[in-house]
This record gives sequence, structure tokens and C-alpha cells, in this order.
Amino acid sequence: MPVNIKELSRKEDRLTGGHRLCAGCGAPIAVRQILLAIDKPVVAANATGCLEVATTIYPYTAWKIPWIHSAFENAASTISGLEAAYQSLKRQGKITEDIAFIAFGGDGGTYDIGFQALSGAMERNHKILYICYDNEAYMNTGIQRSSATPLGAWTTTTPAGKVRPGKLGKKKDIVASVAEQGAVYVAQASISNFRDLIEKVRKAVSMDGATFINVLSPCPRGWRTDTSETVNIARLAVETCFWPLYEVEDGRWRINYIPRQKLPITEYLKPQGRFAHLFRPENAQLLEEIQKEVDAKWELLQKKAQLFQ
Amino acid sequence: MKTKNLIALEGNQAIALAMKQINPDVVAAYPITPQTEIVQVFSEYVANGEVHTEFVTVESEHSALSACIGASAAGARTMTATSSQGLALMWEMLYIASGARLPIVMTVVNRALSSPINIHCDHSDAMGARDSGWVQLWSETAQEAYDNLIQAIRIAESVNLPVMVNMDGFITSHAEEVIEPLDDEEVKHFVGEYRPLRSLLDIEHPFTVGPLALQDSYFEFKRSQAEAYKRVIPVLKRVADEFSKITGRKYDLFETYNLDDAEIGLVVLNSTAGTAKEVIDVLRGEGKKVGLLKPRLFRPLPVEELREALSKLKVIGVMDRADTFGGFGGPLFTDIRSILYDVPNRPIVTDYIYGLGGRDVTTEQIFKVFENLENIYNTGKVESLVSYVGVRE
Repeated sequence: MPVNIKELSRKEDRLTGGHRLCAGCGAPIAVRQILLAIDKPVVAANATGCLEVATTIYPYTAWKIPWIHSAFENAASTISGLEAAYQSLKRQGKITEDIAFIAFGGDGGTYDIGFQALSGAMERNHKILYICYDNEAYMNTGIQRSSATPLGAWTTTTPAGKVRPGKLGKKKDIVASVAEQGAVYVAQASISNFRDLIEKVRKAVSMDGATFINVLSPCPRGWRTDTSETVNIARLAVETCFWPLYEVEDGRWRINYIPRQKLPITEYLKPQGRFAHLFRPENAQLLEEIQKEVDAKWELLQKKAQLFQ
Repeated sequence: MKTKNLIALEGNQAIALAMKQINPDVVAAYPITPQTEIVQVFSEYVANGEVHTEFVTVESEHSALSACIGASAAGARTMTATSSQGLALMWEMLYIASGARLPIVMTVVNRALSSPINIHCDHSDAMGARDSGWVQLWSETAQEAYDNLIQAIRIAESVNLPVMVNMDGFITSHAEEVIEPLDDEEVKHFVGEYRPLRSLLDIEHPFTVGPLALQDSYFEFKRSQAEAYKRVIPVLKRVADEFSKITGRKYDLFETYNLDDAEIGLVVLNSTAGTAKEVIDVLRGEGKKVGLLKPRLFRPLPVEELREALSKLKVIGVMDRADTFGGFGGPLFTDIRSILYDVPNRPIVTDYIYGLGGRDVTTEQIFKVFENLENIYNTGKVESLVSYVGVRE
């Protein structure tokens, strides 16, 4: 079913305005797109993080859906319990509605502290959708590196100093990890390409099993970008193939979008203050290394996709 | 009274049987010695379709309790079981379950905490969780554990608090005992249909669980939670009354044994109480006025009732199967001693830390404790308020 923006605009927002997320934050953009994509009732679990703290400051809540936060590392386990309760009560005839179960976690709560719980929930194959809104660092505590932080990025725990040029080491490839462990549907999406994201969410919630979507969600505070540039920055991540849009369905890899002209990675890095030090002469080699890494991963992804053409 | 249906079961099997008869909507659990058999036996009930439970075989105890929290918030009757390190790994979630007022029921098969690693009984696991907001019931025998678990469902759901039922690892969990279970129908009727106050699956009435409560509201949440524990004692008594009507087995906040006219008393939890009763029988035979109090409800602490029961004693020995490192004696001791502070002519209260890591508890050890207490009774002198029993020093 094609995504009709007119129809979407008439739907009620299930995450209301008035929450305290920062101007230009990618997370609520992602959440609103995701909730708009789903027609049936949604019950959500949220890991500790920006999205959680800023949307539920007691006595207020921005959520118009049943919503639970219990801790940081366990959104996947919490949603597992909700879904298990649903399966049990449905089997007993105590509930009849068709409900979608969604967990939201940032990259810290997903790539790092929640990785075990995520892996467990995926392996048990609960009928859930886990959304990681990836802003590439622990933003809620003040921009500390996570395993989602890309090579060379400045964070407060990987500062660009005299001997260290920001984060050493590559970003963890969580989409591949979850796909390779056999989840029924795994995808990477970006808030800049909303039609793609919405289609992926619709596909995920129609699956009979555990699904995972990693959504790039720029953070102006942590990325040192202009608040009005959030969506453009996310688009540049896609156009440079730093953040390819792809999906893995029952083990079959498919690229959803191929840029007409793949832009050099510097186009993505330049507008972001967190990468400013990379443009100093002494870091030229690192910049080259980053480009090589992006190229190699893009090439590998294309090869994987070719296997299933 | 109908004819007795007696069967021989290990403690863990009795717990699994109670879980089957309770037939919870969701169980999320992870195996750990000595709790494992509960999970195994329950898995067979699931595999054979004898329960309608959705059994979530999680990848850790942290996830076990997290899944229970999700399930309970979804309005499902929810149970789990663990021991030792498993309970320690759940620690973060224990407070979240009670703070969110979720009536989850968990069996804790008591085992020592590492390090060094040890798989045998002591109470350091549950005692470490004593301030976590879980109601704690303790069980001397497999029969008591079975009965406590069934009553725990009613208590938890009446007060919207999680309940932990403790029984001694191996000593109770793995020892075969003749128990008298209820019929399936009796349990079904006793626990009744669970009607949660609210459910996250009630999509017509969405609400938010686990919000951010800051300086202007967190304290009120905690203050109102503290108030909830006052309801536990009357509820527990009412549930115990109902239970005794169908089983003939009487339960209360604690059990006393030869305590009424006693001058020297022992306070001890779980299976060691059985050994202590043997010793008391012998000492009573010698004309000694000794007795026992075995707490059943440890959290919330029944302060008034314990004070009433213990205040007339001259000397009290508390036996703690857990230490509070760097503290003032075991956790049971500090509570009992504190309760008696305001009593005129308050008894002398001493502590005996025993049985750590499954160290065998013999009648000789308990005779020695009574000998020491008698000495204090005769001389009024206390050599050591806190001492260790049955250990090489």
C-alpha cells in the first residue's frame, strides 16, 4: 500500500506536542512517523533515555497510547512480558483486539546495555517491533560515546585531544548482528526518508515474529548541528551511504534506496561540529579511513543484496 | 473433612505444583541452582497443556523480572522463581515492581551469595532484598512453602504489592516430604479470577506506567507506597483464615512454639525452626522454660505483634542465616532488638549467625545457643551480643 501523506496528515498524533524533547530532536519525529504508520492499537515500552524522560514528566504524559517505562536495559524484556500477557489472555478469550507491541530504545539502551535483552527477545520471537532511535551517543546523560558512536566522532568521553582524534574504533553494526541471529525482519531507516520508514514499520508489524528497525535520529545537541538541519543531516547520511536504507526479511538482504550520485562522506561530516576536528590537516588520514570504511560497507551490502536478487 | 490426599514431593516440586494449580497467565523465569527444578517441572505442565500460562524462557533473571513487570502491568497474573545471584541480578527490578505496585509472586529458594560461589542455603539473597518493597513470607517446610505460595497470590492482588515466598535451598527445595496439597479446583476457587485495577492492554483507557517523578512528586509516590504495607497484616490474616477453613492448616504472622510461659526464646526463620523445635522438646523435658518464635511475615515487619509476643521473655536469641558485613549483627537481630527497645524491662537480645553457605545446622549447635542464653539468663551478663555458631574460628 503506497504511503499517502494526505491520509497520514489526517490521522491523530499518538505522541502529542508539549513534551520537553529539544528543538530539532530526531526522536519524536521518528516516533510520530512510526505511530502514524500503524493503524491498529499500539502498546509501547520505552527504555530509559531522552525520549522517556522528556515525554513523561509526572503528572504529564505525551503518550496517547498505553505506555510503560521500567528501566534502561530492558525495553525488549518488558515488551516481551506485555506481549506474553497478550498471547495468554487472547488464548483464554479475555482479549480480542489486535494490538501491536513496540519497544523504543536509544542506541545506549539498545546497542550497549540492552543488547542482551534485545537478543533474547528476538530469539524468543515475540510478536514485537523494537525501534532503536540511534543518535550515536548517550545524549540523555550529556553526549558520552556508545558502541553506536562512529569512528572519529567527538563525544564528552571521546574528546578530540592532542593524541586522540575523537572516538577510536568503528560503530557496531547492530542491524547485521540482529539480522544474522535470525530475526524475521530487520531494517535500517532514517527520519529523512519517511515513506521508506513508514513502509518498513507497516511490514514489521504485519510479521508473525520479532522485528527490529534501526532509525537514524540526529541530535543537534550532541552532533553540534543547527536545530533546523536535523532532517537534512539525516538525508546526507543516506546520500553518502553512511546510513544505507535496507532490510533483511527472512534472511534475504535488500537495499531499499540507491542514491543517484553517492556523495562523499565529507558532505555528511562537515556540517556537524562533532566531526570538526577531522578537517584539521593532521586528521586527513582518518578522514580517508572513514571514507574507505563507508565505501567498503556499502560494497559489502550491495554484494549481500545481489545474493538475493 | 474429606480424606487426606498425601503425596511425597520435594519442595521444588511442591512449588511447581502450586504454580500449576494457580495457573498464572504468565511465568517468566531463568534457571538457577537450587531453583531450577521449579522451572523444569513447570515446563512440563506447559508442554503438556496442563496450564494456560504463557511461559517466557528469558535469557537472564533481570529479563525474567522485567518481563514479569511488563506482563503484570498488562493485567496478567504473573509469577517467577529464583535464587541467590538470580535475585541479586533482579535487584534493580525488585524496586521497580514494588514501586509500580505490581502484584507479582516469586518463590525464592534461598541460597548464599557469591563470593566465594556457593550453591547452598543461607538467607543472604532474600535479606539483601528486604528493603525492596516486596512482601516476604518465609517457610519452614515444603508444605508451608506450598501453602504460602497459594496465599501469596491473594495477598499480592489484594494490596497491589509483589510477594516473595522463601524456602531453604536444598534443605527444603530438594528434600522429599509428605505434603497434603489442595485439589486443583480448590486452588482455582481460592485464588479466584484476577481482576487488575488497570491494564496496559485496555486500549480504550491508555495510561503511562513508570513516568519521571522529580523533586515535587517522587516523595509522595514513596510515602503512599509506605502506607500500602499497613494493609498487608489484616489482609494476610483474612487470607490465612479462609485458607484454614479449607485445609485445617492455620497460618499467622508468625508461629510460636512453647512461647507462652517461656523465659528464654529463640527467633529463627525457615527450616532451622524445625531443628530448634526438637531441641526445645528436649529442654522442656528437662523443665527448662524455653520457646520459639518463627516469623512467617518478615516484610512488612509486624512490629506490634512481635513486640507483644516477645516482650515478656527475659532473654532472646536471634539466629540469623545472613550477616550484615560491617553492620551490627544479622538483619533479623537488628529488627527484633529494635522492636523491643521501648518495652519496660526489655529482654536481653543476642544474635547467633549460623549456617552460612549451607553449613549444616545441628541440634548440638542449637543446644549450645540455648546454653549460652541460659548463662545470660542466670548471670545477666552478655559476653558477645553477636556471635557465630558452627564455624571454625
